[in-house]
Amino acid sequence: MKSRYSIFSLARNAMNYHKDWERAWRSPTPKSEYDAVIVGAGGHGLATAYYLAKNHKLTNIAVVEKGWLGGGNTGRNTTIIRSNYLQDPSIAIYELARGLYEELSHDLNFNVMFSPRGVMMLCQTEHEFRAFKRTAHANRLAGLDCRMITPEEVKKIAPIINDDPNCRYPILGAYYQPRGGTGRHDAVAWGYARGADSLGVDIIQNCEVLSIRRDGAKVAGIETSKGFIKTKKVGVVTAGHVSTLVQTAGLRLPIESLCLQALVSEPIKPVLDCVIMANTVHGYLSQSDKGELVVGGGTDPYNNYSQRGSFPALEHTVTALVETFPIISRLRMLRMWGGIVDMTGDRSPIISKTDVEGLYVNCGWGTGGFKAIPGSGFVFADTMFNDRPHPIAEPFGLNRFLEGRLIDESVAAAVAH
Amino acid sequence: MLIVHCPVCGAEGDETDFHYGGEAHVARPATRDPADVSDAQQRDYLFMRHNPKGLHFERWRCDRGCGKWFHAARDTMTMEFKATYGIGELPPRELMKAATGEWAEFFKDKLAKGRKA
Repeated sequence: MKSRYSIFSLARNAMNYHKDWERAWRSPTPKSEYDAVIVGAGGHGLATAYYLAKNHKLTNIAVVEKGWLGGGNTGRNTTIIRSNYLQDPSIAIYELARGLYEELSHDLNFNVMFSPRGVMMLCQTEHEFRAFKRTAHANRLAGLDCRMITPEEVKKIAPIINDDPNCRYPILGAYYQPRGGTGRHDAVAWGYARGADSLGVDIIQNCEVLSIRRDGAKVAGIETSKGFIKTKKVGVVTAGHVSTLVQTAGLRLPIESLCLQALVSEPIKPVLDCVIMANTVHGYLSQSDKGELVVGGGTDPYNNYSQRGSFPALEHTVTALVETFPIISRLRMLRMWGGIVDMTGDRSPIISKTDVEGLYVNCGWGTGGFKAIPGSGFVFADTMFNDRPHPIAEPFGLNRFLEGRLIDESVAAAVAH
Repeated sequence: MLIVHCPVCGAEGDETDFHYGGEAHVARPATRDPADVSDAQQRDYLFMRHNPKGLHFERWRCDRGCGKWFHAARDTMTMEFKATYGIGELPPRELMKAATGEWAEFFKDKLAKGRKA
C-alpha cells in the first residue's frame, strides 16, 4: 500500500526538498500469466483495472498499453463532464459516472480537480429548443438536477455571450445542468493508475498488443511486443483502434474510426466559469484553470487514423464560436490536436461480452468518453468479473445491433458526428 | 486537407467541395423473399463496417461539381487517394490485389470473375 498524499506528507517531503516522493506507479516486467488483462491504459482501462481490484478483489491483473499511460484520447479531450442525455440507458451510465466523479478525488486520494461549474447547452433554433425541452423532461423524470433557462439567465451566467436577438443563431435559452462541469483529464488517468497500482495491478507501458490468441472458442492470451501473456480474460479498451485489434480474434465490430479535434487558446484572465455547448453551430467552449479557452467541435467526416485532422473542421468550429462569443475573435490559438474516436451506428458505446469466451469489449464512446470514465470502468469491471453484463451495461451489449434495439444518442451527444 | 478528384466531371477540390459517403461496395442482402434475410445479415448490412488502418474503399459525392457519387480508394493512415473510379465500377485490379483483411476476402471472387461491380 502506498503512503497517502496529505498535508502532512507534503510537509514531510518539503523538508527533504521533495527528493523522496515515491513513484506513483511501478514499471513492472510482465508476468507470464494473469487472471485478467486490460488492453489500453487510458481512463476507461485504468478505471476498469481499479474497480476490478477494489470492488472484486481481483489483483493478479495487468493493464497493457502500447504507448504511455493516458497518452491516447484521455489526454486529447476537452474534459467535459455531464450526464444530460436523452435515453434512459445513457442517463443511467453517465449519471453513475458523474456521481462517482464527485467523490473521485477522495476515493483515489488524488486530486482529479472535478469542478462542477455547470454545463449550458445553448438553444439557437426553435427546433433545438424543443429537442432540449424533451431531454429536460426525460432527465427530470430520471431524477437529474437539470432545467431549461431563459436567455437572460444565460447572459447572467456567461456575460461574454452574444445575446443580439438579430444574429444568425440567436440565443433562445439553454438547457442547464448545474452539477456538470470539467475535470483534470491527466489527473483522472494518473489517479486511477496510482490507485490500481497500489492495489497490486501491473501497469505495463510501451508494450503493444499485436494479437489476441484464441484456443477454440476461448481466449488463450495476448501476443505482445514483450512476448506472450497467458490469460483467460481480456478486456479490450482501446478506443479508435479497437476494431483492428479484435479482428485478430476473428471478431467484427460495428465501429468506424474518425478524427475529433480540439484546440486551446493562449491563457487569458477568467471570462467564463461554466461549460457552454453550442450544438447548432457545432462548438463547445470552457476555460481551463490555467486560463486557456478549451474549444472543441465536430469530427472530420471520413475514416481516419492520422490523429491530425483537417483545417476545414477547425475553421468550422472557430467561425461558429466567434459569432456566439465575439470577444474570442482576436485570441491566438496555441495548440490543436486530434484523437481517433470510435463511432458506432447509434452513437452509443459498446460494453459487452463477445462471441469469444473471455473476450470483452468496452468501446464506441465516440466523442464523449471522458465524462463516462468512472461509470464505464465500474460496470465493465463487474461485467468482466462476473462474466455477465452489469445491469447498467446490459443495454449497451453488442446484441443490440442484432435485435435492432438501438440507443440513439446522436442528437443528445451535442456535436456533429 | 484532402484534395479530391472527381472521376466523373474531372473537378478537383478540397474536402469541403465533396461529401463523404462511408464505406463502398456494401451489398444489400437481397433475395427474392425478404424473410430469407437473416438478422445477422441485416445487421452486417446496416452496421458492420470495414475500419482498416490503411487502404479503404469508400464513396464520395462531387458536391460543387457534377453532383454525382463516385468511389475512392484512400489510405486512412496517410490520407492519400490511391484512385477514384465510377460508382458502378470495381477498383483498379492492382488495388483489389493490394487489399488486405476483410477487403481481400471481399474482392477475392471479384478478381476471379473480372471487373464487374
